[in-house]
Amino acid sequence: MSLNDLLVNLNLIMPITILTAWACVLLLVDLFIPKERKGITALLAALGLLVALALVISRAGVATSAFNGMIMIDGFATFMSVIFLFSGLAGIAVAYDYLIRSGIERGEYYVLLLFSIVGMMLMAAAADLIMVFLALELLSIPLYVLAGIAVPRPDSEEAALKYFLLGAFASGFFLYGTALVYGATGSTALTEIVSATTSGGVNLSFLVIGAGLILVGLGFKVAVVPFHMWTPDVYQGAPSSVTAFMAVGAKAAGFAALLRIFVLAFPPLAMDLTPVLWALAAFTMIIGNVIAIAQRNIKRMLAYSSIAHAGYIMMALVPYGQGNVAADTVASALFYLLAYMLTSFAAWAVVIALEHNMGEGRDTDGLSLEDYSGLGQKQPALAAAMTVAMLSFIGIPPTLGFVGKFYLLRTVIEGGFPGLALIGLLTSLVSAYYYLRVVVYMYMRDGEPVVRREPWLYFTALATAVGVVVLSIFSEPLFNWASQAVLKLI
Amino acid sequence: MVPIQYFIGLSAILFTIGILGVLIRRNAIIIFMSVELMLNSANLAFITFARMYQSLDGQVFVFFVMAVAAAEVAVGLALIVAIFRNKQSIDVDQINSLHG
Amino acid sequence: MIPDMILFILLAIVAVTSALGMLLSRSAVYSALNLVLNFGTVAVLYLLLGAPFIALAQITVYAGAIMVLFLFVIMLLGVEQLRKGSALPWQQTLAIISGLLLLALTAYVIFIRPMTLPQVSPTQLGFGTPGAIGEILFNKYLLPFEVTSVLLLVAMIGAIVLTGKREPKTKT
Repeated sequence: MSLNDLLVNLNLIMPITILTAWACVLLLVDLFIPKERKGITALLAALGLLVALALVISRAGVATSAFNGMIMIDGFATFMSVIFLFSGLAGIAVAYDYLIRSGIERGEYYVLLLFSIVGMMLMAAAADLIMVFLALELLSIPLYVLAGIAVPRPDSEEAALKYFLLGAFASGFFLYGTALVYGATGSTALTEIVSATTSGGVNLSFLVIGAGLILVGLGFKVAVVPFHMWTPDVYQGAPSSVTAFMAVGAKAAGFAALLRIFVLAFPPLAMDLTPVLWALAAFTMIIGNVIAIAQRNIKRMLAYSSIAHAGYIMMALVPYGQGNVAADTVASALFYLLAYMLTSFAAWAVVIALEHNMGEGRDTDGLSLEDYSGLGQKQPALAAAMTVAMLSFIGIPPTLGFVGKFYLLRTVIEGGFPGLALIGLLTSLVSAYYYLRVVVYMYMRDGEPVVRREPWLYFTALATAVGVVVLSIFSEPLFNWASQAVLKLI
Repeated sequence: MVPIQYFIGLSAILFTIGILGVLIRRNAIIIFMSVELMLNSANLAFITFARMYQSLDGQVFVFFVMAVAAAEVAVGLALIVAIFRNKQSIDVDQINSLHG
Repeated sequence: MIPDMILFILLAIVAVTSALGMLLSRSAVYSALNLVLNFGTVAVLYLLLGAPFIALAQITVYAGAIMVLFLFVIMLLGVEQLRKGSALPWQQTLAIISGLLLLALTAYVIFIRPMTLPQVSPTQLGFGTPGAIGEILFNKYLLPFEVTSVLLLVAMIGAIVLTGKREPKTKT
């Protein structure tokens, strides 16, 4: 590739190029920022994200491939990039004061966050399995480090070690799956996999087992049952600001890869894979929601809630092989990921605002349900944001979660899986119990919640909560945008 | 030339031993080495398929996997060293202040 | 034909034995050394498969750098003796059952089900040499190559963040 070609291609993926360069520059700039003023690094990182966001949006109409088909810049990649960049901004906002008060503020935090987002954006745009693998590593390795950034706090170290070992294990599955797919089709490019499969002559058993192993590898990343064991421990042990970012970003990136790989490369295997996906989605929704009921610690409860939501999004993937529904599959999954991102950050911002006394006594860390007693009287704004988040998680109007679930269920029924839709509906009803319990504690119990008055946390909680309500009213254009994203994917 | 499926069979056996290592052993370093064995068995499969298709793509993937393995090892061993400084133990069972 | 086959069988036996040795050794140092042997054996298999460059990279990167790092950490931490019988009983059974299932599946797919793998033709001259690999690496796979470099940078930052000097206020 000549220098000129290189520049042309780098220009095609400009938002990613800029963000990578910015992260490298920030690493150097950070050296000259005094220890007490690492907030400047945070602001500069946020600035980089904003520039990338502007670039992504300004190029929204472009659909092209770059770097010899390694990357596909299209509506799908654009939509996901917007989600990732917003979660990056929210991730910085919730971390800003939290890191200072926990005594773990370091400039590298923000640099690693940026690199992780680069990995996520590459993952959503990757059109080759080997590219997906590298992007997966690029987004995961910074997250392993971030989970352990509070060393020598024991729970943070253990969370990091568990996350790391399980993540590396999952990469092993993904890689072996890739090898088998390569062996069956002779290529790892998604378009060539599908053309080799449809033209026949491939070793189908290798291909199906390979696709299954890829599903296992990504299943660990998005935390579907039975690959979810690490989630509660890691979510609880990692610093809360990292958990908030990881719960949204890593999950969304995993689903981006699953959607693109399955919808682009594996439709010919739908006969074999659909029952597997069906079972994964059903078990994830049931087990995630049922175990969440037993949780008294809010971080663990949200961890199981995030597992359950992986099940809901998985539900959209079940009918992926049916040509007429495939477009809706991707659109409803994208829409639900957006709803999940906003709702999740509203909830986590409130959790971080109430967390306190890190590392001293487990019962007084502001993370148990009892600590939310009386929040409704003392901090009506935060309590309202939390209420909106809980309603949206359940799927009660007027929230984005309701609209998202509506589209998901519609897709599943259109695809001919009413049983699965019924499980989704029933588990949502079950989930109402533990989500509403938080609301009951906030408004109907008396207590003296200890709350941090930190402007960026308040801003994040309120802005995302308002977004959840307002966007649900204008959900039609948003869903159309998601549908546009899809047409170019297929 | 040895038939291709023998090589694939060998790589599948190594992959299985790697999985068993992760599931059976409780020592973080051994689990980590088992993961390396899994990556290595995938590499063997890549090289075999590259030979079968007479294309260099498979060999280039192995090159990337080696770089990824190096990156994982750097971070993973750093974590283990950091934990050992505090705990004097890297037994996954002894790390139990978080339990499900 | 025949010498190739004998060589393969010998190498396969060494590879499987050393992998099992890694799995079953009581001592972490023995595990690491077994793994080095395994990686070395696999490197010879790479030579058989027409990948001389990757075979050498395997020895220098895997068996050399990576495993030396492992051994270094094991000896630094002094954790070579491991507690016995610490795995949960059901977990061990489960692992062994799933392992046997996987092996059975492998045997079925590879040896019993009719194969559609194409017949192998002899390699052309220059297959797998550094020149050929470099050519494809810097053309078709330029972006993955660049991403790898970013990945190594991130790993370096990560390792320094995790083990570097700590602030006094975070000490417990």
